[in-house]
Amino acid sequence: MRLTQGAFSFLPDLTDEQINKQLAYIVSKGLSANVEYTDDPHPRNSYWELWGLPLFDVKDASAVMYEISSCRKAKPNYYVKVNAFDNTRGIESCVMSFIVNRPANEPGFLLQRQDFEGRTMKYSLHSYATEKPEGARY
Amino acid sequence: MSQSVESRTRIKSERYESGVIPYAKMGYWDADYVIKETDILALFRITPQPGVDPIEASAAIAGESSTATWTVVWTDLLTACDLYRAKAYRVDPVPNVADQYFAYIAYDIDLFEEGSIANLTASIIGNVFGFKAVKALRLEDMRMPVAYLKTFQGPATGLIVERERMDKFGRPFLGATVKPKLGLSGKNYGRVVYEGLKGGLDFLKDDENINSQPFMRWRERFLYSMEGVNKASASAGEIKGHYLNVTAATMEDMYERAEFSKEVGSIICMIDLVIGYTAIQSMAIWARKHDMILHLHRAGNSTYSRQKNHGMNFRVICKWMRMAGVDHIHAGTVVGKLEGDPLMIKGFYNTLLESDTDINLPQGLFFAQNWASLRKVVPVASGGIHAGQMHQLLDYLGDDVVLQFGGGTIGHPDGIQAGATANRVALESMVMARNEGRNYVAEGPQILRDAAKTCGPLQTALDLWKDISFNYTSTDTADFVETPTANI
Repeated sequence: MRLTQGAFSFLPDLTDEQINKQLAYIVSKGLSANVEYTDDPHPRNSYWELWGLPLFDVKDASAVMYEISSCRKAKPNYYVKVNAFDNTRGIESCVMSFIVNRPANEPGFLLQRQDFEGRTMKYSLHSYATEKPEGARY
Repeated sequence: MSQSVESRTRIKSERYESGVIPYAKMGYWDADYVIKETDILALFRITPQPGVDPIEASAAIAGESSTATWTVVWTDLLTACDLYRAKAYRVDPVPNVADQYFAYIAYDIDLFEEGSIANLTASIIGNVFGFKAVKALRLEDMRMPVAYLKTFQGPATGLIVERERMDKFGRPFLGATVKPKLGLSGKNYGRVVYEGLKGGLDFLKDDENINSQPFMRWRERFLYSMEGVNKASASAGEIKGHYLNVTAATMEDMYERAEFSKEVGSIICMIDLVIGYTAIQSMAIWARKHDMILHLHRAGNSTYSRQKNHGMNFRVICKWMRMAGVDHIHAGTVVGKLEGDPLMIKGFYNTLLESDTDINLPQGLFFAQNWASLRKVVPVASGGIHAGQMHQLLDYLGDDVVLQFGGGTIGHPDGIQAGATANRVALESMVMARNEGRNYVAEGPQILRDAAKTCGPLQTALDLWKDISFNYTSTDTADFVETPTANI
């Protein structure tokens, strides 16, 4: 399967040139950027690991690209994403997020069903990859 | 021998002599009125009956929407009556139209019960709309003071929290309404939900008139739809949802359906505007309490919002619904099949999404509005839109919107999944192009054709719907600038 979280997952994987243009957009909007990685891509996993602190007041897209490259090099078989934050009053949240690295093989999720009364069903998603311990999943 | 009315009265004030005196003289007109920060302001478009002075008509509207009755009453004197009289304070002729006027009216905050849309509207759009001295009357805009807004919950979830819950940032949400609206069995219905979500949409949606009819009772719909949602979510590793319409005949029924939607694990449920303001507020409180996103379908609004001379402008509904506490509201597409002048739609969107808005006459915003930190309502664009218009949709509507393609998804010749994928690819490629700084509006068709090279379903959609457009002039247009709806 292909994990389709993030803004551009239905398009072919972004080239570095394409990533650079998105980073330039983040910088031009005065947003801060951060890089996160995980090997537990459950959609409710809100806290991917931070690759260092977010880059605040970043003036140059290449600074973000440098962090992406370092993260990819250290975690080649992890999902890596870039987030942009807007601290404007009334937003104060993530305003952009896209995947820049994914493992070679993505086994996906099992939908577990538990029958309940009155034909209701309790559903839960189980990530196949998490059957192995953290760090040895992909 | 009977005395005259004048000699019988015990009240020695001209203002309170029994009989009928002009509203303007009764204290409902004050050209020098100083607006208080806590006043509620309203702007009406009035069409006086022939021969009725516009100031008198405006004063009458102020009177009839606050304390007045048609004749003088002495019981006014038992109250601090001047406070309770709404004041018409300004009357302007409507540009380029004969016999229509904009009347500005101020209401003291104590005229209204805290936190009650029903009470507010009983005055502002109550008896006054049937008043004979005006031929037609339209409520165009309102200014809600911060003090009053703070008595309302506001959106149960709001745009920012919805994005965090959905884990979707930096692009519009994508949705579709299940079609056909009526007649599908529960099992077949859930199939449409599954296919659309699996193809790449974030949301599927019940239509406004799908409740609990003989062909499909509500529990069937809820159970099968949630199977579709969860199966699609597992296949994509993304959070997805289906708006379960809980609209019903009674509040008890609605609560029962809403509780069940929560029990089956839905993240979003839905109501129709026709359930009424009180029911909407109740559902918003329920939604906040149960971590549920609340979608509002504006069923019925065009009955009174579409014609320019009478009824009320949709932007006022937007304001009331942000106060009432819904998270989504249908607010126009510009390019689709339903009414929508671009400037008017921009005004609706700004009303729903901004923290602070200034006066903007071309957008129909007659008052500056501070939203007192009430959360943001996500506008929903639905009705006759398709992938080939993606550049225009992104340009007109921006990122903070749910783009909802019903026919544009389900009508795809290769199936619902293909239709959904075409929309998602079109959207992502357009957002990417915009961020790259390209002139995506002008280059839109080329950007889509390029994206279609690696996405067959998008190519099919572009070929099929290339000539579809709805180029009609809107009826509800700006008074200060006229704009044709470009749709090419």
